[in-house]
Amino acid sequence: MAKGENKKKETIVDWIEYRLPIFSFLRHLGEYRTPKNLNYMWNFGSIAGIALVIQIVTGIVLAMHYSPNDATAFSSVEYIMRNVNYGWLLRYIHAVGASMFFVAVYIHIARGMYYGSYKSPRELVWFFGLFIFILMMATAFMGYVLPWGQMSFWGATVITNLFSAIPLVGESVVRWLWGGFSVGDATLNRFFALHYLLPFVIVGVVIIHIMALHVHGSNNPKGVEVQSKNDTVPFHPYYTVKDFVGFGVYFLVFAYFVFYQPNYLGHPDNYIESNPMVTPEHIVPEWYFLPFYAILRAIPSKLGGVVMMFSGILVLFALPWLDHSKVKSASYRPLFRVMFWVFIFDVIALGYLGGQPPEGIYVFLGRLATAYYFTHFMFILPFVSRYEKPLPLPKSISSKE
Amino acid sequence: MPKNNKSSTKKTVTRRDFLVLSATAMAGVGAAACAWPFVDSMNPASDVLALASIEVDLSPIVKGQTLKVLWRGKPVFIRHRTEKDIEEAEKSNWRDLRDPEPDSARVKPGHKEWLVMIGVCTHLGCIPIGHSGDYDGWFCPCHGSHYDTSGRIMKGPAPLNLIIPEYKFITDTKIKVG
Repeated sequence: MAKGENKKKETIVDWIEYRLPIFSFLRHLGEYRTPKNLNYMWNFGSIAGIALVIQIVTGIVLAMHYSPNDATAFSSVEYIMRNVNYGWLLRYIHAVGASMFFVAVYIHIARGMYYGSYKSPRELVWFFGLFIFILMMATAFMGYVLPWGQMSFWGATVITNLFSAIPLVGESVVRWLWGGFSVGDATLNRFFALHYLLPFVIVGVVIIHIMALHVHGSNNPKGVEVQSKNDTVPFHPYYTVKDFVGFGVYFLVFAYFVFYQPNYLGHPDNYIESNPMVTPEHIVPEWYFLPFYAILRAIPSKLGGVVMMFSGILVLFALPWLDHSKVKSASYRPLFRVMFWVFIFDVIALGYLGGQPPEGIYVFLGRLATAYYFTHFMFILPFVSRYEKPLPLPKSISSKE
Repeated sequence: MPKNNKSSTKKTVTRRDFLVLSATAMAGVGAAACAWPFVDSMNPASDVLALASIEVDLSPIVKGQTLKVLWRGKPVFIRHRTEKDIEEAEKSNWRDLRDPEPDSARVKPGHKEWLVMIGVCTHLGCIPIGHSGDYDGWFCPCHGSHYDTSGRIMKGPAPLNLIIPEYKFITDTKIKVG
């Protein structure tokens, strides 16, 4: 073929592709092959993705009406509720959306733990997922401070004071975080700036999470790796359609809370404007922090409690090595499967205990549940992965057994 | 270049290596130094640091009453202690406490009926509730710390006694905090 002829055929798509390979990237997404046996538990990754998009879109619009100043923040939120067109809807979507995001992410994490998705060669997928989780917690915490109610103020006070437990420099670090001698205007302003920034950082880490995922592809319920094209289907249309079904169910639950129970997951004290002279009788963080809050309270020492609480998150990074069984899926690990559900029960118990007052039997139960949490990771998992006899694995994803 | 290429795989440190390394190190130090203004900008601003001290008139506070005043964005407790409060605080075996301090070190000489403290729990910064808890002092509702009538930590997760701010008696019924 003559060169001239070739040039004539160059389309605008080719012209762009030569300079920026965006179309081959889109083709990768369209042709990306995925194990054919993924069940509905695999929906929650994309659900978490749409949850992040919803938070960013509603958040940007809310920021156009919100005023990050200690004198006006509380009333600007009420202004959004009463005067801004659809302000009530946008704010409730944003507030409920935070909880829904955590629901999706907790199920996503639990699915990864059940099916061993953190195991080789997906350790870095797991790591970047945990980075997202940590960033989410920071973002959600700072977002909860912005309405400047009593729970906002005292939640911010308690959480920032965690850093005062650091030996020697703790007090200076806390004053630096506050920009003053207590949580105040400077704190509110910087939390707003960071609350706006961090979601975009999360988007960046999500891209890395997905890049790492696409190197070896998704894990699957059988936990055996893909061996041939017979084991997979193209992501589009098979899983795009399946994800949309999941979105539909997710949006139904979401809408129920937004329209019928918008404040169910919040705390009534946050409709009282912040007051540095009065601490509410009973401070509780948002429900998604309760298990970690329970660990903090279980330890009768300030530094110890803070260290254990952060360890409760950091221990997840060691999971791929604490559980060193070669078998990924819990479906073929009878003992691990039982211990997994006991662990889930323990985390739910911690969540319940974190919401109870720190007295009487709750203190004892909180310590018991905390001890079990760490026992699961440090002793049960290594022990089980050494002594458990797994069931025979199927030869491939496609085989019948 | 040496004739035998085999030996050139051996690394020799040249003057260029030294220059590159020291220049990189200097650039690194410079970049780190440039970060300081950004970090320091988050520290309390001059107006916050310049917060004036406050004067409090004690005469309206009757025995057994506690006044809360705001100082540097935090409450200060001023408790007019009863004889029973003082007796309880003095007779306790302070050497065995978590943060051992005698009651006499927590009040001004000759003014032991006045207890002045920053009303912020030393655990995680909540405001303890007065005249409650197991020791008639303060009880922090957040994580269950109990303080006695001298504001000393008796039970619960807080590591330290309630902090005594810098203050002095101007007259017998007036103090200056800060």
